[in-house]
Amino acid sequence: MESLEVPDADACERMYRSMATITVADARVRTEAKAGRLRAACYPVHGLEAVCGALGEVLRDGDQLVSTYRNLADAVAIGVPLRSVIAEMYGRVDGTSKGKGGPMHLHDEQAGLMGTTGIVGSGLPIAVGIALGAQLDGSDRVVVATFGDGATSIGAYHEAINLAALWKLPMLFLCQNNQWGEHTPLAEYAAETDLAKRAASYGVRASAVDGFDAVATWRELRAALEHARSGAGPAFVEAHTYRLAGHTSTADYSYVPAAELAAAMERDPSPTWRKRLVAEGWVDERTLARVDDEAQELVEDAFAFAAASPEPEPEQLYTDVFADASWRVGA
Amino acid sequence: MSTEAAGQTTGQPTGPGTAQASGPGTETSQMTAAMAMNSALACAMEADGRVIVLGEDVADPIGGVFKITKGLSTRFGTRRVRATPIAEQAIVGTSIGLAMAGYRPVAEIMFFDFVTIASDQLVNHAAKLRYMSGGISSVPITVRTTVGGARFGAQHAQSLEAWFMHTPGLKVVMPATPLDAKGLLASCIADDDPCLFIEHMNLNYKAKQDVPVGDFRIPLGRANVVETGDDVTLITYGPMLEPTLKAREELAGRGVGAEVIDLRTLMPLDLPTVLASVARTRRAAVIHEATQFCGPGAEISSQLHERLWHELRAPVLRLGAEYTPVPFAASLNGQPDTAKIVDAVAALVEGSPA
Repeated sequence: MESLEVPDADACERMYRSMATITVADARVRTEAKAGRLRAACYPVHGLEAVCGALGEVLRDGDQLVSTYRNLADAVAIGVPLRSVIAEMYGRVDGTSKGKGGPMHLHDEQAGLMGTTGIVGSGLPIAVGIALGAQLDGSDRVVVATFGDGATSIGAYHEAINLAALWKLPMLFLCQNNQWGEHTPLAEYAAETDLAKRAASYGVRASAVDGFDAVATWRELRAALEHARSGAGPAFVEAHTYRLAGHTSTADYSYVPAAELAAAMERDPSPTWRKRLVAEGWVDERTLARVDDEAQELVEDAFAFAAASPEPEPEQLYTDVFADASWRVGA
Repeated sequence: MSTEAAGQTTGQPTGPGTAQASGPGTETSQMTAAMAMNSALACAMEADGRVIVLGEDVADPIGGVFKITKGLSTRFGTRRVRATPIAEQAIVGTSIGLAMAGYRPVAEIMFFDFVTIASDQLVNHAAKLRYMSGGISSVPITVRTTVGGARFGAQHAQSLEAWFMHTPGLKVVMPATPLDAKGLLASCIADDDPCLFIEHMNLNYKAKQDVPVGDFRIPLGRANVVETGDDVTLITYGPMLEPTLKAREELAGRGVGAEVIDLRTLMPLDLPTVLASVARTRRAAVIHEATQFCGPGAEISSQLHERLWHELRAPVLRLGAEYTPVPFAASLNGQPDTAKIVDAVAALVEGSPA
């Protein structure tokens, strides 16, 4: 088993840094939302830390990502500055979208985050178009679309994966299977719950991986990206995770079977990865403690930055509707 | 927005766009609207390698079920003229992504009714990405679609333009002549905002007109004052221009002078041109093939009442389709026609103070 390749020490540390940042930021977002200080619909990412830590490690500069409303971990993975992420959540001018998008619409083309949609599955056809652009450019960049298991039920998903396969686009369909479509478990909304098996029927490279295992996910995502980059067509990876928090920051979560949640929580990705790093001797405890402190500081700084950032001026209501900012309806 | 269009008074529906033709000696050719749109696409593809055409059956040998893209894949290759699966969400979504990647896609959605299938992409994404990204993203896509297929029944004939006028961030364009079809389509492709370009089956192949062979554009957001008159302003667009012009002739025989405005672009709506005309004629009728109830005429009528209340000699008249699905049997036609326009407008003028 251990003959399989593992990330080097620096990569292990980077992955942990990303995961720890996600963990701290996500917990803080939930606290602020529950306290009523953050008045926004926010979707917890607890459970996606390993998938996104691994994704950030295997992406190359220039690769692009289309994400969903459950996007905080994706945004950290592709390198969107945390300050602008949190400022956007608070609707401030220094947010990724000048406060006009909100937490469901983080957007940072410079970092490669081409959009995050609030409509389940709708980002997938758009990612197909961005990937077609990459192919037409003759570029070797890969476009990643992240989505939950719930998105595999919607038509846009099927249209997108078929077209991407047909045109052999450089694309990774990364299914962050958290076992829940909103408040309904996978087995209650799909007869075939093996999502990788379903994806394979479209003629793409399809695989599944334990998304709580950072090394296995790193390995699988790297192989899938390599496939997509080679021109062989899209890859699909189903990362098995578990939604360790509610559908939203404030949603009731009591319906989740207690034993199932407890078992998943035992494998909570960030602490699990941290323990393994020490146990394997890949990163020492002192370094990890420093990374923990720095993650705390980074998150504190981002929330302070957001609090200090001004709200948009009222005139901003009218700009960015059309390219011509001076145009007004009825004028 | 300029009102210079109000000065144009030619018999032929040409308007300010002619001034945009590329200089004296511009070569023209007799074209149907279908030929003119094909020419607009070819010119845009020739001039700009970023223009990509995609949609169901758009490649040769079919060249689109309405033949608007005929010959383009042979000339420019299937890399740039891409036949797609029957997947409207993917067609429009892929266009959005392509646009974000720096291309200028022109998507074909076979029938306007099918735009409903792609409306998540058009309404929730194309229309809003600039705004939701705080101005970072631009979605310069053109979605071409066709309306007017009453012989297909109620699912292939709906005029849904009001829905998309009601969606901030989308431009909505509907040409009435071959010349406008070329000039407006060219402007949509060059525009930095998402444009919905609505073609009408009855206009595509019927009339021919001299249309410049080369690059030719008519600016978006400018209405065309096609005919002048003093007693009433008839505001219309697309397939209703022709019956409205015929109605104008008949009204002239009854001593009623009607000014006819072809809106050309429903969003941005050229209200200054409309207001200037109605301020002078002091009577107005809005005529369209879309359902009258909550149709484009409702907004235009409301704007006129709000802005010209004390000038109007009569309430603004609306003439649109009856509130029914589009019927199949010809005897069930609920849309305005020349006779209905003449009767309603004559009653409007004759029933109001001179």
